[in-house]
Amino acid sequence: MGLGSFPSTHEHWLGMLGMHGTWTANHAMDKADLIVCIGARFDDRITGKLDEFAPHAKVIHIDIDPAEISKNVGAHIPIVGDAKQVLPKLTREYRALQTDSSRLDDWWNTLRGWQDAHPLYYEAGENGEIKPQFMIEAMHRATQGDAIITSDVGQHQMWTAQYYGFDKPRRWINSGGLGTMGFGLPSAIGAKVACPDEQVVCIAGDGSLIMNIQEMATCVSENVPVKVFLMNNGYMGMVRQWQELFWDRRYSSVDMGSSPDWVKLAEAFGAKGMRAENSADLEEQMVAALEHDGPVLLDVRVAREENCYPMIPPGNAARDMVEAPRGAVS
Amino acid sequence: MEAGTPQVVKLEDLHISGQLSGRKHILSILVENKPGVLARIAGLFSRRGFNIDTLAVGPTDDERLSRITLTLDGAMHPIDQVTKQLHKLVNVIKIRDLEPADTVARELALFKISADGASRGEVMQVVEIFRGKIIDVTRRSLIVEVTGTWEKVEAFERMVRPFGLVEMARTGEIAISRGRGET
Repeated sequence: MGLGSFPSTHEHWLGMLGMHGTWTANHAMDKADLIVCIGARFDDRITGKLDEFAPHAKVIHIDIDPAEISKNVGAHIPIVGDAKQVLPKLTREYRALQTDSSRLDDWWNTLRGWQDAHPLYYEAGENGEIKPQFMIEAMHRATQGDAIITSDVGQHQMWTAQYYGFDKPRRWINSGGLGTMGFGLPSAIGAKVACPDEQVVCIAGDGSLIMNIQEMATCVSENVPVKVFLMNNGYMGMVRQWQELFWDRRYSSVDMGSSPDWVKLAEAFGAKGMRAENSADLEEQMVAALEHDGPVLLDVRVAREENCYPMIPPGNAARDMVEAPRGAVS
Repeated sequence: MEAGTPQVVKLEDLHISGQLSGRKHILSILVENKPGVLARIAGLFSRRGFNIDTLAVGPTDDERLSRITLTLDGAMHPIDQVTKQLHKLVNVIKIRDLEPADTVARELALFKISADGASRGEVMQVVEIFRGKIIDVTRRSLIVEVTGTWEKVEAFERMVRPFGLVEMARTGEIAISRGRGET
């Protein structure tokens, strides 16, 4: 999903775009008069309602695959090529124009105003309850924001994309638009084998992890010390969220029911199993897991019915984005 | 504008180049003559939601290659998207979106027409006008072979339908470019 290719700590980073992207990033697209798209495909999770996406914008689309040009959003200036070669040439041309950057000051001020008024937000957990967003922030601190993170698909994936803050490229490995639950653990094994000196963490949902949990056996038998941080809410959380928001809480097939005892399950594979139930010592346990010499599964019990916000309801335009309710009892 | 021209374009002067041509297109596609190739192409069309009007597959002068001729409605599908997607399949060797003026296209159609004593003569006249061939006859029916462009076959169908068109089978157009050059 491209996160990390532009550092999240940079002052010009507006945050992720799309269905669970930031309010500012989405509204910036909605108001923009020019969009430069580099190697992305304008998929439906980015655009929302396609014919209302970025209504004022002209599009410069750079992609190595000609079939991506004008596939979803029409390109006014198509550039087919390797971004690595195209971008230096483009910046050289642009710099030669010696444009006055102050012409964008108003726009940046608008964006800063939006960022202040519409930050990512969640209600803090009380009495040691671990909010999933807090879990990602703790993971960022425990890994110094410098781990290769793989993920499955769902709420945990979106929260990681929102809250981890990727600063380097190729640190965020997930299956994006393919939406393959169970992707995280095997891809973490691959990442760890390829980059043995890097911290590799698989952030997983309990609905997703169970789909490929047998790969713990690979971790143990091949001695690949990946760390699985399980965001365990006992639900197929993203589907539950949709059923809550759009189907009046008529939950169907989303409660994971009698889940396995994840600690024992890890131990059964010969890996280390740990459990975190209190926000006070979550980060400490994460550090312990990272320092352990071998594969670890850390079962983190998070708030069960937390929703991932902001959100563009399916079929809506970016400007119809819904933010997290404040002070409401959910 | 030439590449490398140091000229600043205005945003409002930028336009998306036309995507829907609005006319029928004939694509001539050279593919490897291997099992499964047609399924891959058909699979691509169904996944992308492209609706094929006609499709004809046959051997070429080179036994390693087959030619697929397919027709598509350019009012419904951006043809360049179709050809770009097809190009991504390894079994596809060459694609040409044939220009109508530089192309000879033909289709074969068989018509079974109910024609008894009274109307048979009239049907036969129509067949003659269209330079069709009667290839089967019974006391109550005729089978007629017609070749020509898609439009000619359509016209013939319109003419004989009132007599009682029992059934019809059409091959879909095949096409080749005019002149000495290869299609």
